[in-house]
Amino acid sequence: MQKLIKNLSHIWNKFKNNHKSFWDELEEQMVASDISINTTGKILEEVKNHVYSENINDIEKIKSLLKDQIIEILKTDGNNNLNISPIPPTVFLIVGVNGTGKTTSVAKLANMFKGNGKKVLISAADTYRSAAVEQLQYYADKLGLDMVYHQKFSDPGAVVYDSVEKAKARGIDLVIIDTAGRMQTSYNLMEELKKIKKVISRRIDREVDEILLVIDSTTGQNARNQAELFNNSLHLTGIILTKTDGTSRGGIVLTIKNDLGISIKLVTDGEKLDNIHYFDPVEFTESIFS
Amino acid sequence: MFELLTTKFENLFYKIRNKGKLSPNDLDDALREIKLALLEADVNFKVVKEFLENVKAKSIGENILESLTPYQHVVKIVNEEITRMLGSTSSGVIFASKGPTIIMTVGLQGTGKTSAVIKLANFLKNKFQKKVSIVAADVYRPAAVLQLEDMAKNINVDVYSENNSDPVSISVKGIALFKKSGSDVIIIDTAGRLHVDENMMNEIVNIRNKVSPHQIYLVLDAMTGQEAVNIASTFNQKVECDGIILTKLDSDTRGGAALSVYYMVKKPVKFVSNGEKIEDFDIFYPDRIASRILGMGDILTLVEKAEKVVSEKEARRIEKKIYKNELNFEDFIGQLRSIKKMGSLDKIFSMMPIANKSKIFKKVNLDDSYLSHIEAIINSMTVEERRKPHIINGNRKKRIARGSGSSVSEVNKLLVQFSKTKQMLKQFSGSKGKFNLPLGNL
Repeated sequence: MQKLIKNLSHIWNKFKNNHKSFWDELEEQMVASDISINTTGKILEEVKNHVYSENINDIEKIKSLLKDQIIEILKTDGNNNLNISPIPPTVFLIVGVNGTGKTTSVAKLANMFKGNGKKVLISAADTYRSAAVEQLQYYADKLGLDMVYHQKFSDPGAVVYDSVEKAKARGIDLVIIDTAGRMQTSYNLMEELKKIKKVISRRIDREVDEILLVIDSTTGQNARNQAELFNNSLHLTGIILTKTDGTSRGGIVLTIKNDLGISIKLVTDGEKLDNIHYFDPVEFTESIFS
Repeated sequence: MFELLTTKFENLFYKIRNKGKLSPNDLDDALREIKLALLEADVNFKVVKEFLENVKAKSIGENILESLTPYQHVVKIVNEEITRMLGSTSSGVIFASKGPTIIMTVGLQGTGKTSAVIKLANFLKNKFQKKVSIVAADVYRPAAVLQLEDMAKNINVDVYSENNSDPVSISVKGIALFKKSGSDVIIIDTAGRLHVDENMMNEIVNIRNKVSPHQIYLVLDAMTGQEAVNIASTFNQKVECDGIILTKLDSDTRGGAALSVYYMVKKPVKFVSNGEKIEDFDIFYPDRIASRILGMGDILTLVEKAEKVVSEKEARRIEKKIYKNELNFEDFIGQLRSIKKMGSLDKIFSMMPIANKSKIFKKVNLDDSYLSHIEAIINSMTVEERRKPHIINGNRKKRIARGSGSSVSEVNKLLVQFSKTKQMLKQFSGSKGKFNLPLGNL
């Protein structure tokens, strides 16, 4: 996303000569950041309205109008913090398609809450992928945390059941559940997640505290489908945007927030365990413009 | 894959088709729709621009406005252009002329390199009868080597790995070892890396310089957005890729990245990976995908899949029976099992040329357990009942329902569907198709 606004000054000359080609160019740049064509249209419509009704002729003002529009979409009414239950254990369920960085995000979250003095338990509910348990075990060992796991191909619902029961028995504050990657279009695997969710809420007598969808910032328009279908099945509480240390612009989160109202809660940006941050709409937008 | 693009083109051409003749405005409308569809499909915006210019120039050049069949004309031009963007011929597998073929896979984190390596190994082993081995050069991701070894065990392929060593010397040693042991193909699985990570990119350059792979494949997630072009061109600049392995095509991604990468980087998509199973891997056929985008379905792939699992003799026998209207549940269950071997139902469905698939998708659960359910009901029939379905009366239905853990109404439903399918198949038989799918009940 970084490149987006830098180029704005380059195309500024066009504005002076030919408004249409300026807006076209701007539209292209936004689409090139993976913002959907619809969201782009909506944002530019608002900006144009201001520009023409207020006779704005200054690139800095147009920039700040753009910023405002983007912040307006990204900001949430309440705070963006993760929901911690007054009655322990709090349970986070981490879901997503294959290869987005779920396991690494689980480790980073665990590290973050361990640092806050919480007793964290990791639940290895990806019983499908080869060595998924061993990968997670590596992180659990590194962080000195307990992990609940079963045999390969066993029922992930049972792993989750055990995890919550153990957490209750041992006075754990937070259970973080890693699930197998799955395509949002796979009916059976989405049903499996619904079942996992049901198992948890039955054990804790309330809705799952956080159900977070992990989205790879390299993903294009399909990320919207992912968010929509995972949300239809599970009622997501938020999104973790990963791999933002690459060159991808992650503009699709704007579309997801705009179309589906799902907030981005966390961002990860590196290989280290502390490369995880709460998402801040203003900061995110500023970083686009810097 | 390419779902929405297909739907968009279908609707668009439907509109044009009803009009008969095309006006200049119609052409502009059509081009605008195509632009939106391509952008929503993650086709790179630069590629979209050029694509539209080409289609427009060709349309005017071929005097499309005067054509009495403008619909067919635009379809033809768009189809040609998309095929051209995807590379016009399938590039296939290339083996070294002497000694083992060394293949290196590279790519970003999480694109599915390790799965692709296993699937490729399995593909080359089964389809070309090659002895394949794998070198585990991902020393960074925890348990990556374990994952590779575990999956390789399933397909009986050897893996070379080493603790506490660097990827370059692991590759060198692994290849030396497998050369000695007579491997035909040696695949190096490297760690995922960001294309902007200078050190990590130099690592694959070093591996390439030391072992000189015959083929270097970039593993690219089909869901990648506009960045796909930058990613592919950076990897290509560093290590000169020979082609792309496009993964995760089993999602509803529109896969525009595939179009962009070939067009901008001039590297062909060689293979596609499209499912959780090891067999979900194939050579990429650009023309087939282009016709799929245009809503013509991917019938060729489907026919090939069918041929793989149904012998010609068996197909002829069934065809005869269909023709004589003698098809019974024994044949049906045989066909059912063949279909299951061809892959998951939704995948088969996605290859068929049916308009408005997404709508039907929503109504029907293309769940494989549906097939298992039908299989259970048929399994609960006696041999006589399977051969002569008409003898199944109320008492028999009750027994079959009990035996298969279903209800009488479900048994009824199957019987009705079966007789409908039978009728439908009879109508189709006599046509050239070697294999008729009993999917009419969907």
